Amino acid sequence: MRDTTSAGQHTSATPLLQTVALTKRYGTFLANDKIDLDIRPQQIHALLGENGAGKSTLVKTIYGLVQPSEGELRWEGRSIVLSGPSQARARGIGMVFQHFSLFDNLTVAENVALGLDGKESFKEISARLERVSHSYGLPLDPKREVWQLSVGERQRIEIVRALMQDPKFLILDEPTAVLTPQEADQLFVVLERLKSEGRAILYISHKLEEVKRLCDTATILRNGKKVATCNPKAETAASLARMMVGTEIKEVKPAATREITVPRLAIIDLDLEPDDPHGVHLKGIALEIRGGEILGIAGVAGNGQDELFAALSGERLAKDPGTVVIEGIAAGHLSISRRRKLGAAFIPEERLGHGTAPRMRLSENALLTGHVAGNMVLHGFVNTAATLNAVDRTTETFDVRKAKRDPEAASLSGGNLQKFIVGREILRNPAVLVVNQPTWGVDAGAAAVIRQALLDLAAGGAAVLVTSQDLDELIEISDRIAVMFHGRLSEPLPTAEASREKLGLLMGGSSLEATEQAHAAGT
Amino acid sequence: MQLVLEKRAERSRTVALISPLIAIGLTIVTMTILFAVMGKNPILALYVYFIAPLADGYSLQEIAVKATPLVMIAIGLSLCYLANAWNIGAEGQFLMGAVAGSWIAVKTQGTEAGHWVLPAMLLLGAIAGALYALIPAICKVRFGASEILTSLMLVYVADLLLDYLVRGPWRDPQGFNFPTTAEFDPVATVPTLIEAGRLHLGSILALIVVAAGAVLLGKTIKGFEIRVVGAAPRAARFGGFNANQLILLTFAISGALSGLAGIIEVAGPVGHLQPGISPGYGFTAIIVAFLGRLNPVGILIAGLFLALTFIGGEQAQIAMKIPLDVTKVFQGVLLFYVLACDSLILYRFRIISSAPQVARGTH
Repeated sequence: MRDTTSAGQHTSATPLLQTVALTKRYGTFLANDKIDLDIRPQQIHALLGENGAGKSTLVKTIYGLVQPSEGELRWEGRSIVLSGPSQARARGIGMVFQHFSLFDNLTVAENVALGLDGKESFKEISARLERVSHSYGLPLDPKREVWQLSVGERQRIEIVRALMQDPKFLILDEPTAVLTPQEADQLFVVLERLKSEGRAILYISHKLEEVKRLCDTATILRNGKKVATCNPKAETAASLARMMVGTEIKEVKPAATREITVPRLAIIDLDLEPDDPHGVHLKGIALEIRGGEILGIAGVAGNGQDELFAALSGERLAKDPGTVVIEGIAAGHLSISRRRKLGAAFIPEERLGHGTAPRMRLSENALLTGHVAGNMVLHGFVNTAATLNAVDRTTETFDVRKAKRDPEAASLSGGNLQKFIVGREILRNPAVLVVNQPTWGVDAGAAAVIRQALLDLAAGGAAVLVTSQDLDELIEISDRIAVMFHGRLSEPLPTAEASREKLGLLMGGSSLEATEQAHAAGT
Repeated sequence: MQLVLEKRAERSRTVALISPLIAIGLTIVTMTILFAVMGKNPILALYVYFIAPLADGYSLQEIAVKATPLVMIAIGLSLCYLANAWNIGAEGQFLMGAVAGSWIAVKTQGTEAGHWVLPAMLLLGAIAGALYALIPAICKVRFGASEILTSLMLVYVADLLLDYLVRGPWRDPQGFNFPTTAEFDPVATVPTLIEAGRLHLGSILALIVVAAGAVLLGKTIKGFEIRVVGAAPRAARFGGFNANQLILLTFAISGALSGLAGIIEVAGPVGHLQPGISPGYGFTAIIVAFLGRLNPVGILIAGLFLALTFIGGEQAQIAMKIPLDVTKVFQGVLLFYVLACDSLILYRFRIISSAPQVARGTH
């Protein structure tokens, strides 16, 4: 335990909000175990922890969504009970969720009006919305329908909606997960401004550099317990990570020698209209990945990454076979099974329900993608021993932790299930691997194992295409990085030349030439 | 105090096995109350329903005879339901199978046709059932029409077609104007297993269907595809399994088994084609499929149990003047409880005493 009175804490007498030995039990599972937290005005307080550490439960309790099993909440020194979010809002607690709760087909003003508790007229709300968004530098057109807006703009709606309640205390759950670096910078300006107005902010994130830059205090949770409260500016990212994980994280190492060989996956002028009306139209996508190479695709979610994955995997077929070439064979018209037979493997973003059937056993989930090749199916009959054997091999090689030999997929933790899925595909020895968000929602230990596995696979001669919203991850493992924006893919940049700034601009939709010209003109 | 449903980490296998038993128990309690309200002696009624039929050999044979079509149809339905394809029209497929198979029997009536007649009838019955089931399946795959509605509505079409045939072209000239075909020739009749008994070859076929269903679902890749498509459609697509193809396949198998059951019923216990050959087998089989947990062996047991309610219902009608409709109420209540108890497989009850939080009404 660290000294809780260390530097970085302002000296307001009573904390705005306090949790005292707050405990939340689900059955026998302790989601929060006696957590003490002090939130003071004019402070940005970071809440750090891995997935499953208890961050969500804690903030949901503070916001009145979850009732604590034991312990108490104090607001301005007095004990309070919040039976629901509206009571929390009435006291001046606002929250911006990671997953937006917006109606796509309604306008900005309509969405805001729906979320407010007061009795204002719609006209007054629209006017106030414009005023608030303007004064904080969060421009929004109240009359636009939400589906036309970018993710960053949608988040703005949520923030403005929270600010319109004039909260004393604002909770933000992973607000930068969906933003470009530039958008994140803009957000930080707003947060600093809120802080200077005397408001308190609880900032949930696992981006440690961000926390170091922005936050005055950090509370770290691990396995439902508070392990430390510290000044993040006085820590290093590595020391914060160590406190979050509890152990040293293995560093991911690229292979010393790697040979870039022949093109194994090529996308040639792929143009694909979306299935559903709010989907993204892929336009003129071209890419070539060689054996031994990892190519990263960055971009804000919802810019066509899912559509590209579907087109590459064959869940969506292209009209022109020549648009997707796997191992030199035109495959745009081939089914996912035929593409697997050509040596391709795929790992989708969604673990449960897409990558696996949640209520089926691991051995059955091994069969899900393993049935195309190998010894799992003989004359139409399933070789159960072979599927179990695949589970065992994956378990051993990728350190999948589970309660028994062959449990249901849904009973595994996110990290372990992801290790299983990655292992399942990699042990098939693919020549081409297409993976979407490899470490999304996965604990740091598992993430390191998965990234190392991707590097090793490339070192073994495979071509790997990684789509991720985590720029640090892409910079860590990719050889080249391209950016997806509005269904188009930028020219890939060698990672050495791909600064966060450059990538951020591309993620926001500016072309590099244009920004370079602007720079040249400016100097 | 608060009663909450709490999600389990994994499906409970034990509860999956005992949940049908809980459902049967609750049904019996409900029926006891119903009998009492009707002014009948509940204990005696339950005895007549469930115990008496098991006590004599004739009734036991009759239970097997009634269970035969139920089990055969329910195995096919379970494949559909596992694949998330909702075939509600097994009754119509049953009737179409009966009609198509009877066509051969009627046309060969009184000729020298040999032993090929019965196998040809069974085959044609199965094919007709499959084709009839493919109508809603194709409408679903091609046009997105709800298979629940189309398959159900086609039941009435089949029913009226059968009615027309036995009142018109196929009516027995010597039948005193009754709406029925002539009694089938011996070569067009399903042989009985016991001399002068009721048990027939169809029951053996039903057992073979149960075994085949168990192998298909448990051991083959096709069975796996059927289960994945129903349990996780997106994962199935990711696995390379074609949901539309599986809808067509399961409807075809289900229709074939229903049609087969239909022609066996006509060529066996009934002996000729007439309206009312089915006391709703195609609908009762839906209950059998769910009571049997969509599992072939479970379906065999559930089929025997539901057959028992048919026989018990008949006997209660004779002995206690309990209307036959009560049997249908019984079956409906049973299905209701089976589906309700299913939630216990994924959830468990927990009693939570209101926490020692600050007072909010625990007086």
